[in-house]
Amino acid sequence: MAKKTAKTGKKSLGKGSIATKKKVSGRKRSSQGTDEKLRELANRVVEMAREQQDPHFSIPTRALSNIAFNEKTKHIELGGNKQSRNFFNYGQAKRFMQTLLVASKCKELIGEDKTASIRQIYYRAKHTIKGTNEKTFDDQNESDPIIEDLEVTLDTLREELHVFASNRGNLAGPITLVDIGNTLDCAAMGSAGYAVPSIVEPDVVQFKKCDAKFILHVEKDTVWRRFHEDRFWEKHKCIVSHGGGQPARGMRRLLRRMHEELKLPVFVLLDNDPWGYYIYSVIKHGSINLAYESRRMAIPSAKFIGVSSFDYDRCNMSDDVKIDLDQNDIKRAKQIANYAWFKDKRPWQKEIKKMISNGFKMEVEAMMSKDLSYLTEEYVPMKLKDRKQWLD
Amino acid sequence: MTTEQTDESASLAPGQLALDFTISQLKSQDDKQLVAKKQSTKRTLRNTGGRAGRNGASRKSATAESMAKQQREISVSEFFAKNRHLLGFDNKRKALLTTVKEAVDNSLDACEEAGILPEIHVTIKQTDQDRFRVTVRDNGPGIVKQQIPNVFGKLLYGSKFHRLKMSRGQQGIGISAAGMYGLITTGKPIRIVSRTSSRSTAHQYRLAIDTKKNRPDIISDDAVEVKWDHGTEVSIELESAYNRGRQSVDEYLELTAIANPHAHFIYKPPVGESIEFARGTEKLPAETEEIKPHPYGIELGTLMKMLKETKTTKLGPFLTGEFSRVSPAVAKKVAVAAGLTASTWVSGVNPTAAEKLYAALQQTKLKAPSTNCLAPIGAEAILSGLLKGIKAEFYTASTRPPNVYRGNPFQIEVGFAYGGELGSDARDGDDNGDSEPVQARVIRFANRVPLLYQQSSCCTFKSVVETKWKNYGLSQSSGAMPKAPIVILIHMASVWVPFISEGKEAVADYDEIRKEVKLALSECGRRLHQLLKRKRKKAAYSKRRDVFTRYIEEVVDAARAMTIFDKKEFRDSLITLSESFTEQADMEFDDHGKVIKRKQVPGNEYGLADTIVVDRANGDPPTPQLLFGDDVNEDEKPAKATKKSTNKKRKRS
Repeated sequence: MAKKTAKTGKKSLGKGSIATKKKVSGRKRSSQGTDEKLRELANRVVEMAREQQDPHFSIPTRALSNIAFNEKTKHIELGGNKQSRNFFNYGQAKRFMQTLLVASKCKELIGEDKTASIRQIYYRAKHTIKGTNEKTFDDQNESDPIIEDLEVTLDTLREELHVFASNRGNLAGPITLVDIGNTLDCAAMGSAGYAVPSIVEPDVVQFKKCDAKFILHVEKDTVWRRFHEDRFWEKHKCIVSHGGGQPARGMRRLLRRMHEELKLPVFVLLDNDPWGYYIYSVIKHGSINLAYESRRMAIPSAKFIGVSSFDYDRCNMSDDVKIDLDQNDIKRAKQIANYAWFKDKRPWQKEIKKMISNGFKMEVEAMMSKDLSYLTEEYVPMKLKDRKQWLD
Repeated sequence: MTTEQTDESASLAPGQLALDFTISQLKSQDDKQLVAKKQSTKRTLRNTGGRAGRNGASRKSATAESMAKQQREISVSEFFAKNRHLLGFDNKRKALLTTVKEAVDNSLDACEEAGILPEIHVTIKQTDQDRFRVTVRDNGPGIVKQQIPNVFGKLLYGSKFHRLKMSRGQQGIGISAAGMYGLITTGKPIRIVSRTSSRSTAHQYRLAIDTKKNRPDIISDDAVEVKWDHGTEVSIELESAYNRGRQSVDEYLELTAIANPHAHFIYKPPVGESIEFARGTEKLPAETEEIKPHPYGIELGTLMKMLKETKTTKLGPFLTGEFSRVSPAVAKKVAVAAGLTASTWVSGVNPTAAEKLYAALQQTKLKAPSTNCLAPIGAEAILSGLLKGIKAEFYTASTRPPNVYRGNPFQIEVGFAYGGELGSDARDGDDNGDSEPVQARVIRFANRVPLLYQQSSCCTFKSVVETKWKNYGLSQSSGAMPKAPIVILIHMASVWVPFISEGKEAVADYDEIRKEVKLALSECGRRLHQLLKRKRKKAAYSKRRDVFTRYIEEVVDAARAMTIFDKKEFRDSLITLSESFTEQADMEFDDHGKVIKRKQVPGNEYGLADTIVVDRANGDPPTPQLLFGDDVNEDEKPAKATKKSTNKKRKRS
C-alpha cells in the first residue's frame, strides 16, 4: 500500500477523507507488482519457445460455466477452470499475439507512469502487420476483453494496469467528495451531477462529508434526471445515482465503497424486464464476466424496490405502458430464474413467473405516464416505506 | 400447300435480301432467271396478302384443277435458298461463321480420310462495307476434276449421306449452300482450285448453282499454276459481318484447334495479326469404318423398309448381313423368338411377323456396336488440346465406352480445364471480392466440330445443368451452370449425330446421350473434386503457416518490450516451432488419429487417370508434345493409364 501511495502520490492530494482506507481484499496489489507480473508473462513465453513448447497463456475462463455462487459471502466467484491460449493454434494465434501486444502496451504505461483509456490502448496496440494489409486489431471489441483477460490472468486490477474506461454514471446528493484533490459537493454539481470516473479507488476519490441516509440507484439517465430535477435527494436525504444501463465498474465500486465505508443502504429501481433483473444481480452479487471483481464490488444487502411485475395491478397502470415480451425475453427470464442466486428465493421466482404470465414488461418511465412526478412523489416513497414490497 | 407455306416463311428475311442485289452484278443467264424467280415470288406474296385482306364472301374459291396448275415439284436448292436459316445463314455474322465452318470441316474430313496431317489456311478479307471473301485451303488429297462441279455446285451431293460412318459433314449440303449464299448476296461465283498431286496440274473452277435444277453451272474452267503440291482451295465472297468474341470465326477456330490437336491452322482475320494454332500431337485420329445399323433402337418402319429392299433371300443372312453385331447364332435365336426360322424367306415376312421380329430384336441381348466405326478424340488428345488452348491449372478428360441411340453407335467424351488463368473460384474466397464470380463455360463438339449456337437447347448443355456440381466441390444455383472457373468440353462422336436442325448447332435430346454425358461429367467431376479437396486443404494449411509466420515478428516485438532476451534466438525457436506444427497439419489423419501415408504414383502426384496438374505459379507449363510425345516408349505410360481406366469402366457398366 505504501508503495502504491508513493507511486501515485501526486494524485492523492486530499488526505482528509472521513472514511478509513480499508483494504478490500487481502491481496497485495501494486503497479510495481503488476509490472513484475507482465515481465514474468513475457519471460514464460520466451522460455516455452526455448524449450520448443507451444507458447501459451492459461487464462481463467470467464463464463457461466466457471463461476460459483458463494452462499456465505453472497458473491459470484470465479472458479478454477482455465483456458489455454496457444500461439500455434490456427484459431488462437491472433488472440495470442493480441494478448501479448496489449500486455506490452500496459507495461509501457506503467513504465511511463501514465494511464490510458481502453480506447487509447486499442489505438496504441493497433497497427498494420509488416508485409501484409492485416491490422493487429480491427475493432475495439477485440482489445477490451483482452484487457479483462490480462486482469484475471495476472490477478491484477485494471487500474494497476494503468487502464481506465470512459466515465459512465452520475450521482447527486448531500455528499462531499474529494476527486484527485478537488473537493466536490455533489448537491451542487449542476444539472448533470457528479460524473463517476472509471477508477474510484481511495487514492483517487475520498469521502469528506456525508448527510445522506441511503442510496437510490436507478437504471438510466432519463429516470435519474427526473429524480434530480425534483430534488428527490434533498427531500429524502439520499444519494441518487444511475449507471447508464449495466453499471460500469467505476459506478459499482463507488456504490460499494459508499455502502461499506459510509454505511449507506442501497436500493435499486430498475426496469421490469430480464435486463433489469440482471442489473440488480450484478450490483448485488457481481457479474459473470467480471466474477473476479465481485469481492470489491458486490453489495449483497442491496434491495430491489421496483419496478415489480405486480406493480401493474398495484398501481392501476394503463394498458399503454405494456411492452410485449418476445421470445428472447422469456428465454432470458427463465435463464435468470435458474441462476443459483435466484433459484432459492421464492419471492424472486414469483416475480419472474409473474412477468412471464403477464406477457409484458415495463420501463421505469411507465410510472411517469400518469403524472410526471408520480414516480418521485408517490411511487418511490411508497416503495421505500413498505419493506414487504422489497425484493432481496 | 407446301409451296404456299414456303412462300410465307420466306416472306421477309430471305425474300427481302434477295431483292437487295442488283441485276447488273450478275453475269450468267441462270442468275438472271434466279432473280426473276425471286421477283415472281414477291408478286405472289403480294397477291396472297391481298387475298387474305378481302372479305371472305367475295373470295374466289379454288378448284382442284386450278390448284393442280400451281402444284409442282420444288428443288432442294430452291427450298434452301429461301430457308437459308435452316442451314445457318440467318444473319450476316453467322453466315461468315457457317461458311468458314463448312469449308474447314470438309478440309479436315478430306485430310483425315487420306491419312494426311491437316494444315489449313483460313483467310478472310474484307472487300467492301459488309462483304468478305473467305478462302480456305487445305493440304488434302484434292478432288478429281470431274467431280468438282458436283461437290461444290449441287446440294445434297456427297459421299457422306449414304453411309453410317463418323465424319464431320453428314448430308453434303454445307459448302454448296455457302456457295449459294455467296452467289445470292454478292453475285460472285464460288471459286475452287484443286490439285491431286505434284505431278498433275491444278484446276480452277468458277461455279454458280442453278437452284431450280439443283445442278452446277460452270462459269469458267482453267488450268492454273499453284505453289502447293496437293489440296483444295475454296473461295467464296459473301455478304457478312466480322466480329470477335463469342460465336465468332475466331472462337470457332480456337475450339476446332482444341478438338483437333492433330491439325495445324493458319488464320488471317480481316483485321489484326494472323493467328497460328500449332499442332498438339502428330497422331492422326484412328481411321473409322462404315458400319451397318445396330438392331437396338431402329424403328419398326426402318426394319420393314430394310426387309423390302434387301438383296438377301433368307432371314438368317438378312439379319447377319444387314445389321452389325448379329451373329448367325443370334440371328437364329431372334428368328425363333419371333416365331420364324433362320431359313424363312425374307419376302414371306408379313407386317405382323415383322413386328414380332422387331420385338425379338429389341429383347435379345446384343453386343454394343463395334467401336472402330467411331474415332473419339481420346483422353490424351483432349488433354493436349485443352493444354495448348486454355491456360488452366487442372486438366482431366474421360472417354466413355460407346453406346447406342436409335441403332447408331455414339461415344461421349468430356474434358475439364479448371482454374489458372480462367479465374479464381468464388468458393475459395481468396479474391478480395472485387471480381465477379466466374461462370463455367461449356464447349460442345460433335464429331470434332465445335457447336457455337443454340447452347441451351443442346442435350449436352442440359446434362451439364442437371449435374449436381455441389457434389464435386463447385458452387451452383439450382438449374444453372456451375459458378467456377472451369471449361467443360463435351464431345459426341457418332456415325450419325442427331442435330436439332440442318444448321448443326445443337444435339437432340436422347435419353441415352444425356445419360452418357452425365456419366462422363461425373467421372471427370469426381477427379476434379479430389483435386479440389486437396488443393483447398493445402490452401488452408498454407494459410495457417502464413498466420504463424505473419505473427511471429509481432510476438517477438511485444515480448521484447516487456523483458530482455535474445531476439534472434527467440525468433528462430518460434520459426522452428511453426515449421514443426504445420508439418503436423500437413499430415492426414485417419479416424483413429493415426497418420496416413499415401503412396506416391510416379509421374502423377494425384494418382488419377488422364489428369494433368499444372503449377502455374512455378514456371511454364509443359508443352503438350512433351507430355504425349511421338516417342513410342514415352507414349506408353499414359496410354496404359487410359486403357486401365476404360477397362474399369466397362466392368462397372
